[in-house]
Amino acid sequence: MKRARAPLFLERRSYRRRRLGDAARLLPVFGVILILLPLMWSPDATGAARLTAWEGVYLFAVWGALIVVAAILSRALAANDAATSDWDG
Amino acid sequence: MPFNLLVLFCFAYVALLFGVAFFAERRAAIGKARWLRSPLIYTLSLSIYCTAWTFYGAVGSAARSGLEYLTIYLGPTLVFVGWWVLLRKLVRIGRQNQVTSIADLISSRYGKSNLLGAMVTMLAVMAATPYIALQLQSVTLSFGVFASQTPEVWGQATGAWVAGGLAVFTIIFGTRKLDAREQHHGIVTAIAVEAVVKLLALLAVGAFVVWGLAGGVAAVLDRIGTSPLAEWELQPGRWTGLIMASAMAVICLPRMFHVLVVENTDEAQLGPASWAFPAYLFAMSLFIVPIAVIGTDRMPPGANPDLFVLTLPLAEGQGALALLAFLGGFSSATSMVIVETIALATMVSNHMVVPLWLRLAPARAQPGDVRRLVLLSRRLAIMGVLALGYGYYRLSGGSSALAAMGLIAFVGVAQFMPVILGGIFWRGATRTGAALGLLTGGAVWVWALFLPSFGSVMPPEVMAAGPWGIGWLRPQALLGTAGMDPMVHALFWSLALNTGAFCLGSLLTFPGPVERMQGAAFVHVFDTGAVGPRAWGQGRADAEALLILAQRILGDDDALQLFEAEARAQGRTGYLPDPTPEVFARVERHLAGSIGAAAAHAMIADLTGRATVTVDDLMAMANETAAIIENQARLEAQQEELTRTARALRDANEKLTQLSVQKDAFLSQVSHELRTPMTSIRAFSDILAEGDVPPEMVAQSGRVIHEETIRLTRLLDDLLDLSVLEAGTVQLNLSQSNLSGLIDRALVAAGQVQPDRRFVITRDLASEQIFVRSDADRLVQVFINLIANARKYCDAAAPELRVMVRQRGGRVMVDFIDNGRGIAKEAQGLIFEKFARLTDQTRAGGAGLGLAICREVMANLGGAISYLPGQGGAAFRVVLPLRIDRMAAE
Repeated sequence: MKRARAPLFLERRSYRRRRLGDAARLLPVFGVILILLPLMWSPDATGAARLTAWEGVYLFAVWGALIVVAAILSRALAANDAATSDWDG
Repeated sequence: MPFNLLVLFCFAYVALLFGVAFFAERRAAIGKARWLRSPLIYTLSLSIYCTAWTFYGAVGSAARSGLEYLTIYLGPTLVFVGWWVLLRKLVRIGRQNQVTSIADLISSRYGKSNLLGAMVTMLAVMAATPYIALQLQSVTLSFGVFASQTPEVWGQATGAWVAGGLAVFTIIFGTRKLDAREQHHGIVTAIAVEAVVKLLALLAVGAFVVWGLAGGVAAVLDRIGTSPLAEWELQPGRWTGLIMASAMAVICLPRMFHVLVVENTDEAQLGPASWAFPAYLFAMSLFIVPIAVIGTDRMPPGANPDLFVLTLPLAEGQGALALLAFLGGFSSATSMVIVETIALATMVSNHMVVPLWLRLAPARAQPGDVRRLVLLSRRLAIMGVLALGYGYYRLSGGSSALAAMGLIAFVGVAQFMPVILGGIFWRGATRTGAALGLLTGGAVWVWALFLPSFGSVMPPEVMAAGPWGIGWLRPQALLGTAGMDPMVHALFWSLALNTGAFCLGSLLTFPGPVERMQGAAFVHVFDTGAVGPRAWGQGRADAEALLILAQRILGDDDALQLFEAEARAQGRTGYLPDPTPEVFARVERHLAGSIGAAAAHAMIADLTGRATVTVDDLMAMANETAAIIENQARLEAQQEELTRTARALRDANEKLTQLSVQKDAFLSQVSHELRTPMTSIRAFSDILAEGDVPPEMVAQSGRVIHEETIRLTRLLDDLLDLSVLEAGTVQLNLSQSNLSGLIDRALVAAGQVQPDRRFVITRDLASEQIFVRSDADRLVQVFINLIANARKYCDAAAPELRVMVRQRGGRVMVDFIDNGRGIAKEAQGLIFEKFARLTDQTRAGGAGLGLAICREVMANLGGAISYLPGQGGAAFRVVLPLRIDRMAAE
């Protein structure tokens, strides 16, 4: 079945919007990488004792960063949503 | 704190929740509950992810295995910050198809299959059982903490009391009515309140521990470093496995799916929830490690770390804080149980009871009977699910750690994930594949994780050596993988085999028509152009039968309301709309909101006497799509044609403007040409009128007047001739004549022009012997004109004119070539225009119309006249057909 020809290039706003969607898709990928990073740390760098506390701090920092970026992205996407009515996924 | 006071507080709290729920239902009923659509309520209701397992169990988990408890919240965080990929699509599909539960989603996607719905329901109930047991256990334990002073008041029956109380609350608010969209505003608001209570409670305990007991953040970090908790070692398998399992569970747990998709009132809630829900989880897990560390430090060695949140404040003499903590834990447990049982009860009634009943007793039809059946079955299901949970709690001995029990449920519901992902991203996923996947994954989960969790059910020798001594079937070492953690082992094998069976089954089988339509609708849910599946052909059943059916499910009032709205939408009064396929589809969707897609589909199919979509329907749908595409193509073609027409019109307009300019120029030229002779005529006639003129003067004046009159007449003749020729209305006098003779005539006639000039005429008489059928007089007129022009304008000292005749095919070419200077290149295009005289000095009475007339004559004769450049003089070529075409002549 032949589908209606989609335009190859988009005007600026739709283009921005699609890239925002791309960013929203990429965010969990970065999140996975950062959260799995502790797996690579060697357990006896400076003695396991201090490591646990800082591991915790690291994980919470990554977590907080994910939340902040997600908040920015979701706001931007919502604002864009209001501006351009329709978009396919 | 006295135990009786605690029970009093507990009742007061429950009464408050009742009040909140009632209030919310009231407001929603009169349409004044706008807050229900706010992202805040949505996010707070999502927080039922944090159950008593989080509230109590996370601290226990942290005390036992360090930071591992974080995985349970990092997985959902990843899913939510990645909402754009999966959740957005899931919620859109859920809203579009009025999905009532996760079983309904899967059944609906795979051809509204009841088999799949029932399978998912069974698996979900099994997975939920340990989870509900976990909540009962935690509440019992927390009561036990307070009851330790007065054990005779509160015994082992706590679990039963709690379960009973929860059943009452859930039945009251969860099954009061059969909603079109399975939404429960009262419960959502109540669990939002509970979400706030549990967050505040945990934060309060955490703040007390960090600043009250440990003495600040830095001190806590130091204490963590020196505590036994720091010896925790990160196990890569469990770390990734638990993140994966929790990420899947946050979607697949029946209660999570319920609040995430079914209770969603507005898609715009999802965006804010994508960061607010992770933020809630963040806040919930922030103080877990400090509480665990300080708890292990300060509590006696034998204390259960699962209860530190409660026992630590109590031991420090903070009774009020302990009470708050208790209410927080109570909230966590109750909100989870309420939503979970509602979700499960919906699944049980829609996918097990109703289909079974439809099969057993389909004939008894009276208004509201299905509705009563559904509500009754849901109430029974709520009690049943709670009883199962209580049974599991008693059977498993109530001793296993909270976290372990939760994980069993996580791995169990994770089995839905391949089927869901395949269903919404892969059109090739089929019902057979989904059933095989669920069956395989469920079986592995039961064998490797669920049954061993009972402890007593699995004989030790089976655990050690496998069933009947088959070693590679050992529950925790399938295919000899004994080195894995039991949970990771079960997760890995169940999901791997599940996905494998699902994919293989899908690849090898062919989906039915409903499946294919649903698959397309699910996968392409964001394509706005895609029309929803039209499941029903032009009405076989009448609207009244449909109304009766709807009344059975929705009850009298709601059904009538729905039908009245439908009728009004069609512009009719009364309650019976035309039974168009659209009405059927909408009613089906409405009913699906109450009893699930599969049952609704089956009931309407029963009514229309057709169980499935026929090939004809599919063809019709394909044709519809094809028609739309064709329509679009036609529109495009029309647009192109319009553009073409517009261009043509623009050209025509330009031409017309040009013509108008030409006409003006022509008119002014004509008036000019007429005026010159007129002026001389008037001048000479004035002289004559004065009288008293010498006779020779009279004669001369008379001659001049005569000549000028002749010139005027000729000009007018020419103009008339031209207009007739241009209009194409000229009468042609056709005859057969010899070309040579015609040229002879022309030469003789033209000889009178400037008869004093001697011309050498070169002719080839032999070539001129051609008979043409044409208008001889007109042709001669053209020849005369050309010869006369040569005589007039050829400026050579010894003027010479060559006449050459040639025949090419059916056409004759006559060339007139003189040996003068010829016509300048830039003027060559102009000479055939009217009044185009190149030089004025040798004018001899011509008004510049000669060549224009020639051109028109030749056009009328079906030929042409053109200037031949590069012949060493002025050269004209006349082309004419041997036999004039009759049509062209007329």
